[in-house]
This record gives sequence, structure tokens and C-alpha cells, in this order.
Amino acid sequence: MKLAFPSLKSEDKPILIASAFILVILSVGTAYTVSTQGSAPLLSPNYLLQQLQTGSFLGIVAAGMMVVILLGHIDLSVAWTMTAAAMMATTVGGDLAIPVGIAIGVGVGLVNGFGVAYLRVPSMIFTLGVDSVLRGLMVAHTGGFAPQDAATPLMRTLASSRLMGIPSAIFVWLAVSIVIAVMLKRTAFGRQIYVTGNREMAAYLSGVRTRRVILGSFVVSGVCAAMAGVMLAGYSARAFQGMGNAFLLPAIAAVVIGGTRILGGQGRYAGTLVGVILIVLLNSVLSIMQMPEAGRQVIYGAVIILMLLVYGRGGKVHS
Amino acid sequence: MTADHPIVQLSGVSKHFSGTRALEGVDFACFGGAIHGILGENGAGKSTLIKIISGVLQPDSGEMRVNDAPVSFSNPTQAVASGIVCIFQELSLVPDLSVADNISLSSPPRRFGLIDPRAQRRRAEKLLARIKCEDIDPNALVRELSLSRRQMVEIAKALGKDPKVLILDEATSALTSRDVETVYELLADLKAQNVASLFISHRMHEIEQLCDTLSVFRNGQHIQTFPKGTHSDGEIVRLMIGREVDAQYPPRPAPAPRPEHLRIEDLAWENQLNGINLSIGKGEIVGLGGLDGQGQKELLLGLFGVLRGMSGRVSIAGKPCRPKSPAEAKQGALRIALVPEDRKTEGLMLAMSIADNLMAASYDRVSDGPFINAAKAKRAVEDGIAKLRIKLGSPEDPVATLSGGNQQKVVIAKWLMTDPDVILLNDPTRGIDVGTKQEIYRLMRDLADQGKTILLYSSDYAELIGCCDRVMVMYDGEIVASLSGDAITEEAIVAASLNVSDTQTMPGLPHA
Amino acid sequence: MRNKRSPLASTIRQNPGFYGAIIMLLVLYLVYNMLHPRGFSAAVLIQNSNESVAIVFLAMAQTVPVLLGGLDLSVGAIMTLTNCVASVVVNGSPPQIIVGMIITLATGTAFGLMNGLIVVYGRLQPIIATLATGAIAVGLALFIRPAPGGNVDDDISWALTNDLYELVDTYGWFDADAAWFAPISWFPVPLLIVVVIAFGVWLPFKRTVTGRTIYAIGSAEGAAYMSGLNLNRAKIAAFTLAGFFAGCAGLYLAIQTSSGNADITQAGAYTLNSIAAVVVGGTSLLGGMGGAIGSMVGALILRVISFYFRIVSIDPLLQPLVEGVVLLLAVSLGAFRTLRVKNQLNLFR
Repeated sequence: MKLAFPSLKSEDKPILIASAFILVILSVGTAYTVSTQGSAPLLSPNYLLQQLQTGSFLGIVAAGMMVVILLGHIDLSVAWTMTAAAMMATTVGGDLAIPVGIAIGVGVGLVNGFGVAYLRVPSMIFTLGVDSVLRGLMVAHTGGFAPQDAATPLMRTLASSRLMGIPSAIFVWLAVSIVIAVMLKRTAFGRQIYVTGNREMAAYLSGVRTRRVILGSFVVSGVCAAMAGVMLAGYSARAFQGMGNAFLLPAIAAVVIGGTRILGGQGRYAGTLVGVILIVLLNSVLSIMQMPEAGRQVIYGAVIILMLLVYGRGGKVHS
Repeated sequence: MTADHPIVQLSGVSKHFSGTRALEGVDFACFGGAIHGILGENGAGKSTLIKIISGVLQPDSGEMRVNDAPVSFSNPTQAVASGIVCIFQELSLVPDLSVADNISLSSPPRRFGLIDPRAQRRRAEKLLARIKCEDIDPNALVRELSLSRRQMVEIAKALGKDPKVLILDEATSALTSRDVETVYELLADLKAQNVASLFISHRMHEIEQLCDTLSVFRNGQHIQTFPKGTHSDGEIVRLMIGREVDAQYPPRPAPAPRPEHLRIEDLAWENQLNGINLSIGKGEIVGLGGLDGQGQKELLLGLFGVLRGMSGRVSIAGKPCRPKSPAEAKQGALRIALVPEDRKTEGLMLAMSIADNLMAASYDRVSDGPFINAAKAKRAVEDGIAKLRIKLGSPEDPVATLSGGNQQKVVIAKWLMTDPDVILLNDPTRGIDVGTKQEIYRLMRDLADQGKTILLYSSDYAELIGCCDRVMVMYDGEIVASLSGDAITEEAIVAASLNVSDTQTMPGLPHA
Repeated sequence: MRNKRSPLASTIRQNPGFYGAIIMLLVLYLVYNMLHPRGFSAAVLIQNSNESVAIVFLAMAQTVPVLLGGLDLSVGAIMTLTNCVASVVVNGSPPQIIVGMIITLATGTAFGLMNGLIVVYGRLQPIIATLATGAIAVGLALFIRPAPGGNVDDDISWALTNDLYELVDTYGWFDADAAWFAPISWFPVPLLIVVVIAFGVWLPFKRTVTGRTIYAIGSAEGAAYMSGLNLNRAKIAAFTLAGFFAGCAGLYLAIQTSSGNADITQAGAYTLNSIAAVVVGGTSLLGGMGGAIGSMVGALILRVISFYFRIVSIDPLLQPLVEGVVLLLAVSLGAFRTLRVKNQLNLFR
């Protein structure tokens, strides 16, 4: 019955450790490049900004994922939500491209939220089914071929242009981050996410409309994934099958490395931000080292395990 | 009592949890062939004591001996091997396994190394028969059983471990009176077989009826052990709380006509509420009595919008009241609050801060649009803490760091922050210490005096008698008696609880 | 006084999902064979079983951690890893082949054991720990097989993916044309393997104290601890058994395809399908209820649905869509129960 209750301080611990680990990654990577190439690209602001630009897509997905994980749920449909939003946006084209893409995200979020909150199907399985349906719809939509429509200029601008020398994608990520962070910390909806994630029954009996909270959170996740998808299409100039597949697991990993409890109720947005940066930099260092895919996967898995072991371990017996 | 060596003996046992002491230098002994009652407020160390004896917790220091041999249990299995078996307050049954599986959970009969279901079933039948529970199907899953049946299965499971020392931690609180009788007989049986029983209960009369020896704990220390009958109730209570208690309940105001506020007509739901009619005035405290499980909790939940498919009419201040959820119940013209039964799962977000818990029901009141107004929130939290005199370090501490009584205060404060007109309380003082109980009684009366309408369910009859202006006794989903003023007596409540018209004959009734 | 249901009635009542799944499978497969242009034939059955073995084993693997109330996101990756291992070691002389198979299964089991140790002694959430170890398993698989390929002994491939007749005939154990053998010689070997493992490994395991402890943990961990059960051993055993079943899946996949393929996407898809199969088979994701036999049925249901695309004239492009819709419908069926819940508090329990 004695649970391990993390105090405020222990909530910050993962963020500090992950930040320290980012420094370790940077120094190891720099040591490597200095010794092999005699240069330190990892320390050049331009290179870092470029990495963060590619990381911004993951960052936006992870922001939405975190909101759902705070409820103790998970959104496995982000991969095809991204793809679907990107494909529909490029298909529609013109001024409506981005609104249509976002609307896809809202729609997917509503369906997910309805299944999880009202039908009470475990999110793990419902979002998996929705992912499969979206994949089917997109395959049917494109006939299985790569779609020919190109991203609109606005999409390209958002994803790959620069503003004051800084990639505009980073600004979008920043804006999303501020919205999510403020929402979690300063709005009733945000606090109700934590309350519901902590103990849904107590939240319900406190008069929190827990179903709407869950529905809303899945919409947030859907919209974030859709935005990331639309921007990724802008970055690659077009949408393509399976473009979101590489984002699901890193997004979950980033949220968890950032100290958000996978069972819900605890976690800070700053942690997710740090988690995304960690994963992005780890990836870039591994590419600089020309690590083969095999080694990357092993290192990737080992880092997640290691980080979580360092954070201190879960409570022992829950009664 | 046997004069020989004690079965279990503790000397100088201490236990600390992250800085707070749970037990300090406790010497304690219990003997075979005796029923030993343990008394104390919550947080007095009773639970820690029995957890140490039964191997769930390990002492920080001190020594424990069983039959004169020093032991140190690192888990409950080792304690069971020494004959120490505990029936825990929190059930140790696995809901998704069958009754037979549960009874033989840790050491089932085996054939060829695999569990033998037939032998296991026969064993379950035999043990259930011993506690007169032949009606329980050994193949039924535990989750299909009612709470009182589960408790009996728990007892059968403990018996199956062939105890030399049997510890009952509030084991009778969920039982029907017939089962309580059976347990009493069982304890007498075991006593004759020289088994030592440790009996923990908040019900004083149970302890008085059953136990040979009483031990009082307070604040982690063993205060005194004495044979039954050497101390009066008042003396025992003083030992428990360590100070004089003056009037336990605030005085009840003289009956006066009160404007009707909450009106319930023909309320029915499933088989559990069968036509409830009740009217409560402003400033009135009405109690719900009766045996456990007669629809009292359902009535409260139904008024609070939790139950679907109710029939009948409810009105508040003349307007129809039909909330579909607690969120609707707390708002607008209804302004209903419910202090739920189980504060740990229904009342609190244990890992969250005290401040977050206090605000959980009133975010709309401290927000401007979607945004929380930090100043308003801070004021509301301070207000809630002050109003209930919650003892805490910082409002940012997790609510789990508070004692049980203070946790319950947080639940109540959370609801007072919504400024409710109708307050529903579901056994609000269960498992909390005497001091906090009295504060809650005082608070209820204050709220009533401010014109709130209060409906209280309590499993403690004394509480109903002490606190309520009227008591409605429920039986089988109906109100079978309405008592008010001096007519609220233990005899009257008990008689009505059993749905008997007079009070002459009630053999074997624990409360009589 | 006694009010007892018949044992059969009570077990159906206690496991509605499992019996529902069996009925669904029977109906689906019956209709499939009726719609099949050539009607029921042993050849179709063999082909169907071959294509089902891997996911059936994987669903059984997933079941054990799910019963704990956890989830193993590495089962697909372990299958991929053992698939690659098998593609290297399962060939040569018969004794070498047997050793190779043992090595393959041991690899899966050892990886499962590692998962269990990390979850128990590292005290990490299974879902996230296995997400990470899954990446490690795929990485190791890529080391072994950077590109698809390898070879598996042809005889064993042939013998284990056909009917009993071919098995006996390939190895000349006895005269495969013997009259007594005829009634059973049509039976597909893959189906036999699955049945033998399911009934020879899972059912006995379920009846050990450790097996029952897994159910107890999933149902009420605190109660299991209070009852003096060895929780750590059961948790480690659960992940180890999952690793073993995943190893079976990988081994069979290698035998069936005669190659190893370290495909990350395929590993992920298999893992997710294993979860779907577990749920369709009536096992609760919350733990404590269900079993590997149900998951076997669940996996078969998912496979049979995909078989329909071959015989019914639906655009094959719609297959993922239909699969997804079926999955959503299957899990939403249970939702009608929640709509009937009268006490809304029960929704949260």
C-alpha cells in the first residue's frame, strides 16, 4: 500500500537526466567527428537547426501523443493519420489544403475518442483498428500507387523555408509546444487531463466530464499528427504511402524518455520536448557515424532502457 | 487464558515510513486459546503491527519471536508457514479466479505436479461448509459474489491455511449479521483449539462481546493491555485518544418546521431501489440507516446522476432534478455534492497535489474562460484548507502524504468549494480517527445551520443517532421506518433494519 | 439452498468472449469453404494452416504478458530475430537440424527471459521496456541478415508444411500408404504442430501454480502478493514463455519461407496483429481473463477474414480497410455491454 509517490522534484529528474544525456550525445558525436574528420558539425548552429527542423515533425506528433499518454491511453493511429492528412491535403490542394489536412486530424481524433471514451474499447486496440482503416482508405484512394499531387506552396513554406535564418518548421513546433504547455498547465481542460489520467473514477465523481476530456485529448493528438503530416508533405514536396510509419514508436519513446508516466497522470511538457531533442540528436550522431541500421536499432533500444533504469524504477506492489 | 509462553512475542519493534514513525519500541504478546482485541485510532499503528506480524512489512528494529524462536519474515508466505494467517481488510482475493482457486491459491492440491481441480473443489466445499457457506459455488468466480460472500471466502481461505494465530483486520465490517454470528462461533471454536486470534475492529461492541484481552495503541505505541471488563468504555476511549473527550456529537437543535428542499417520489432503480419517498428540508440532516446493501448507496448515487434508468421523480426547490452525470448534478440549480464511499479510489487522485485535488470539482469557478486564474485558484485552495483545518505541509504535496482523516477532509473541502446546497455523504467517517470524526460531525451541523440539505449514510448507528435530525431506515430498497427526535434509538434502528415491527426478540444480533 | 449452475453453463457465462470467438471462427470458416470455388479440400486447409501458424504462435506469445495486465511489444521482433537465426542454423544433417531448431527456440526463450528480468528487476512498464527490447531484437536480426535470404533444409521445409503423409513419406518412418494411416494422413502438419504446442505446453502451464499466479497478478496484483504467491517468478515466466512462443513463430516462418528476413515493418505489423488476435480471442487487455487457446482462435479468425479476399471478388486493395473495420466491429461489440451498464461507476472499474 505504500506507493512510490514522486514529489515535484522527482518529476524534474527525468528532464535533467535527459538534458545531461543530450550533452553526452553531443560530446561523443563531436569527439567522433573531430577524430575522424577533424571538424565538429554537431556544434555548428546551422547543422543543429537543420536537425531540429527534421525533428519538428516528430516533436509535433509527440506533443499530441503526450496528451493522450497523460490520460493513460495511447494513440497508435498517428502514423496513418499523418499520411491521410498529408494525402488529402495534397489531393485537395490550393488554399483548402491545410484546413482539409487538419480536419482529417479532427475527424480521426473524434473517432478515436468516441471509441475509447464512449464505447470504452481499450485505446491500444481501437486506435490500432483506426490506423488499419485509415491505411485501407488511403491505399484505396491512391490505388496503391504513389500519389502524383504535389504539396501546395504554403505547405512547402511552412516546412522548409527559413525565417530570420531559422527554419520555419521550428517556429511551428514552438507554437504547438507553447499551446500544449499552456493548455496542460493553465487551463481547466489541461488540469482535468491530469485528474482523469490519475484516477478516472474519482474525476468522474468530482463532476469532471471525463468522456469529453478523453475525446478532446484524442482530437488534440489527431490534430497534432495531421499537422505533422501536412508539414512533412511540404518538406518532401509530396505525400507518400507509409510516410508516417517512422514516427509512431519514436514519438512514444520521446514522451516516455521525457518522464511522462506511461500509465497516465504524471509528466511535464518540457520533458517531452527534451525527449524529442534527445532522439533527434541521437539519430543524427548515429548517421554521422554511418552506423548501419542494425546498430542503430540496438543502440536506440538500449538507450531507452538505460534512461528509464536511470530515472529510478516504478513502485513495487500496488494494492 | 494460558499462563505459558506466548505464541507471538514482539519486543522493541519499530517501523518508520519516510520519516514518520508508524511503530515505536512496541512490546506485544499474544497467547494461544485467547481472542485478543486491538484498539486504536487510525494511524495508531494497528495496521503496521499486524503487517509486521504477518510478514507483509519488516520491522526496522526489534525482535519478533514465535513460540520462543526468533523469526524474521520477509514475506507473508513465511508467516503462514509459522502458522500466522491474516484476513486483511483489503481483500486478498483474486476476482477473476474461481472460489476454489482462491481458497487454495498459494498451495493447491496437485497431481503429477499440476493443480488438481477436483481435489481443490472438494477442499473448498469442505472449508465453506465449516463456516456455513454451502450456498457459495466453488466454481463461481469471486467477482460474481457480493462483498459479504467474498469476505466469507476470505475467511475460508484463511482457515485452509491451518492457522495457529489468526488475525482479523476489520474482517466483519462487510458481513451480514448471520455471517457475523458464524464468525463469532468460529472464533470460539478456534479458541477451544488453542488458536490465538487477534481481532481488530472499529466497532467497540464487537470487541467487547468477543475478546478476552484488549490492547490499546496510540501514536505508534503500545499503551496498555488489560483483560476485558477492567476498563469502562470511557476509559478505553481516553486511552485511545489520549485526552478527555467532551460531548462527542454537537447538540441537535430542537425540531422546527423547515422549508422543503429535496423531494423524492417513487424513486426506483433495478431491484435495488423500490419506490423511495422522502422529503428533506433546508438545514436538515437526514440519515440513512439499515443493514449494509439495502439500497442506501444506490439512493445517493442515483441522486448524484450516476445511475441510469431510474424511474420516479426528484425535485430540488420545486424544480425537477434529473442529472445525467455528476457534472450536471453539481451545477446550476441543483448544486449537489457527494462525498463518496471509498476516498482512495473514488474521492482522490492520490498521486496528485493537495491543491489539484481540492480544485478537481471547481475548475469552472477558478477559471476565466478556459484559463485558470492563478490568484483565484490560490485563494480557493487556501480557503478550503482553512475551512476544514487540514493539517498539511504544502498544498503542492501529494495528497497521499496526508493521514486518512486529513485525506477525507480534502474530499469534503473539495465539495464545499463548489458551494453545494445538497450534500450527500456516503459513510464519510469510515476508517478515520476519532478526532477527525468529531470535526466532521461539527462541520455537518454547521453546514445544516447554514441552510444546506444533508443526506448521510452511515454504517455506524451511533453516528446516525448522534448527528441526524431524522433517520430513514432502509430495507430491501425501501424506506421501512422514519425516526425523528427522541425516537431515534439504537433499538428502533436495529429493529427497523431487520424489518421487524417490535424490538422484543432479536437473538444473536450484534447490535442488540 | 444450493443454487448451482451446470459446469458448462457457468464456464460459458464466465468466458463469453472465448466461446463467441469459437462460434465466429466456425461460421467464418464454414462460409469460406462454401464460397470457395473448389469447395473444401485438404490442399486448401494445408495452405490456410501454413499461412496461419506464425500469427497463431505470436498471438499465443502475446497472451501471456497480456494476462499479467502488461503487453509485449517485442513479440514480432523476437519472431523476426529467431526467423533470422533459424535461417542460418536450421540445415545440415538431421542432428544438426535438430540442434539448430533448439538453438532457435532457445534464442526466443532467452530473449523473453531478458524481457522478464528487465521488467521485474528494472521495474519498468512492460509496454515501454518491450518497445525498447524489440528494437534491440530487430537490430540483432539485421546483424544476422542484413538482406533477406539464408537457407533452410529443404526436406524439413517440405515435410513440415504439408500433410502427415508427406511428413512420413519424406523421412520414411513407416509405409505412408499403410491402410491404418489413411484416415489421418491428410491432416496438415502445421495444424498438428500448433495443436501439440498449445495443448502440450500451454494447458499444462496454465495448471501450474506459476501459471495461475499470472492470472492472479493480472486480476489483482495486491491480492496475489498478500496470498503469498511468487510474483517475480510468474512475471519472468510469462515473458519467457512469450519469448518461447515467439521463437516457435520465427522458426516456423523460416521453415515455411525457407529464408530469414529482418523486416522492421513486418515485425511491427505482426506485433500489432498479435494484440488484435488476443483481443478478438476473448482475453482482456486488463489482464486476468482469457487464455492462449482463445488467442489461437482469435488469430485464426483474423486469418480467415483475409482468406476471403482470395475467393470473393473484392478489390484486394480494400483488404486493410476491411481488416480494420472487422477489428473495430469486433471490439465495439463488447461496447454494447457498457451501454447497458446501469451504474456508471462500473465503467471505471
